[in-house]
Amino acid sequence: MINTRLKVAFSAMLAATALTALPAHAGKTLDAIKAKGQIVCGVNTGLAGFSQADAAGNWTGIDADTCKAIAAAVLGDATKIKWVPLNAQQRFAALQSGEIDILARNTTFSLTRDASLGLHQTAVTYYDGQGFMVTTKSKIKDAKQLKGQTVCVQSGTTTEKNLTDFSKANGLGIKPVVFEKVEAATGAYFAGRCIAYTTDASGLASVRNKEAKVPDDHVILPQLISKEPLGPMVRRGDDEWFAIVKWVIYGLLEAEEYGITQANVDQMKTSQDPVVQRILGTTEDTGKLLGLDKEWMAKALKASGNYGEMFERNVGPKSPLKLPRGANNLWNKGGLMYAYPVR
Amino acid sequence: MAEAKVAPRTPPTKRDWSWRSQAFRGLMYQILAVVLIGGAVWFLAHNTAENMRIRGIKSGFDFLTAPAGFDIGESLFPFDSNNPYWKAFLIGITNTLRVAIIGIILTTILGTMIGVGRFSRNGLVRGLCQAYVEFFRNVPVLLQLLMWYLLFTELLPDIADAKQVGGFFLSKGGLSFPEPVWASGHVWAIGGLVVGLVAAWFYRRWAQGKFEATGQLRSMVWAPIGVVVAFGIVGWLIGGAPSEFNLPKKGEFSVEGGGSLTPEFLAVLLGLTLYTASFVAEVVRSGISSVARGQGEASQALGLSKNQEMQKVLLPQALRVIIPPMTSQFLNLTKNSSLAVAIGYPDVVSIANTALNQTGRAVECIAIIMLVYLTTSLSTSIFMGWYNAKSAIQER
Repeated sequence: MINTRLKVAFSAMLAATALTALPAHAGKTLDAIKAKGQIVCGVNTGLAGFSQADAAGNWTGIDADTCKAIAAAVLGDATKIKWVPLNAQQRFAALQSGEIDILARNTTFSLTRDASLGLHQTAVTYYDGQGFMVTTKSKIKDAKQLKGQTVCVQSGTTTEKNLTDFSKANGLGIKPVVFEKVEAATGAYFAGRCIAYTTDASGLASVRNKEAKVPDDHVILPQLISKEPLGPMVRRGDDEWFAIVKWVIYGLLEAEEYGITQANVDQMKTSQDPVVQRILGTTEDTGKLLGLDKEWMAKALKASGNYGEMFERNVGPKSPLKLPRGANNLWNKGGLMYAYPVR
Repeated sequence: MAEAKVAPRTPPTKRDWSWRSQAFRGLMYQILAVVLIGGAVWFLAHNTAENMRIRGIKSGFDFLTAPAGFDIGESLFPFDSNNPYWKAFLIGITNTLRVAIIGIILTTILGTMIGVGRFSRNGLVRGLCQAYVEFFRNVPVLLQLLMWYLLFTELLPDIADAKQVGGFFLSKGGLSFPEPVWASGHVWAIGGLVVGLVAAWFYRRWAQGKFEATGQLRSMVWAPIGVVVAFGIVGWLIGGAPSEFNLPKKGEFSVEGGGSLTPEFLAVLLGLTLYTASFVAEVVRSGISSVARGQGEASQALGLSKNQEMQKVLLPQALRVIIPPMTSQFLNLTKNSSLAVAIGYPDVVSIANTALNQTGRAVECIAIIMLVYLTTSLSTSIFMGWYNAKSAIQER
């Protein structure tokens, strides 16, 4: 009896020691990444246009391309990424615990998340808004027609709360049916359990395209009920790494603004435009300030192309998702994408 | 102190506290074990709190009084998104208990019937009961829940064209039924039922006494039920016979009004009941098998019918073997109800998941879930322990 108790206590102590062997706070993320030679990137388990793996294990999408650009800027090689697919509930714990270096998983920035999770929100890579998808057969044209109806939704997202806010503000009394997994939520909607399915508009387009038997049987209502700025997050306590992620994203945006593309990076190095020269590192060494080499942005652009190219390739009008550029256009073209200057 | 000198062979009156004595070492081991376990728990708790503080993760249970800000699809009492988190948790707990309590009752009835059915002289009944047990206990319960949910959501008619049978509507949205509108007259009906229950209890006592005195058999089941129902109806009539119903009717997109049971609730209840009943059937079967063969033969020799033999001789004795493992099955059912989250039933785990994500208080929310299941399970255990003591053999 005493013996077994001792054994239990002893193994508990061992387990505790093993736990503390982890660093209490991650030191220099950048040094650690360089030492292990790869970036650990947390992505969605599968959301077409944002992060999705093909049969060969290649990841595509805006979030995946962001990770590739950062890997190229930091390590000079966009393939040196360990992909960690995460669901909505796992994502923050994975980043907090140090399992991943960056969380690029269509994650909304908000006050609560900024102030209570111990995480930093870097820069917005996609301006989204929550919408509804209904069947064409239901003849619903406006989200306010959903009075007293059931709506399928995934738990562990800001979506659930937005739905409640919208329902309350308009006195609709919408009944949510909450699922733990996104596949279960969409499955229940397509089976006809709910009148509508709600998530970010980009997600609706992705689901309709990927999972609906006949995409035209479903319509995405034009009304958006929330603001969803999506972008990558990093841990608090490492400002240098935070700056690197932020500035690679700004660099991708500014490259589009000044016409640097994946194809013309090398030609543009001879450009006489001082801004282009700075971005590509032919004159000033902006990389040094971030702890990277001089050509950091040129490498990132070769890996992923500029932001406009990422958008077109993954979610734009020519992609299966066919999303309009809308709010995600550059600031000088009527959109919200305004990068701080790389100088 | 000459008397203190004791004979060499008698055990010492005082414990010997030398280093080599068994008593001393025993105590030392126990103290050491407690210190190690306590130290390990403190170390883990302290380390977690410290790490969370360093990483800037907020912690504490203060969030429970903040407004929840999310809606819950089905609840036994009204809930508004402005209500605090603790009330959301309360709804989750009542939803869990609703499935658990109804599930336990149905499981006990179904499991006992199937367990008894395995002793039937009819080969078909015996075979069917065995097939039932083998199928339902060998398929994982999560799969069974998903299977029922898929059947409900795939096979039932669309929400827009619900199937109507009388006042009932059945569709992918669930089962809608006429719900009596609460009126003050219903208090009389409930009062009548209570009076009826008391009367039935007295009747049974009187009938039992008569049976023991004269050997005359009186109805012990149907007559008391009749008494309860009759008193209930009388009370209802005195209360002015309120008979207004909230009838469900077809709305623009779906069935509106009336009471309703969602497919999520039905799938969880059905899945858990059928799964656990297969285990209960085995428990009942083993209990009945444990009663000595001579008991059955003796009751037949006394001229008892097959039903009387089961009810009066075999089951009461089997109960002593049945109750302890039955408790485990009830606990299993309660704990398995946490799988409901997979098919969208808002039980306490589902609510805690949402709360966890809105507030980021992972440790706290998981602790609440654990506390809820621990409390329900321990209460069930205590109740079953009491019942077990009551039905155990009275040894004199």
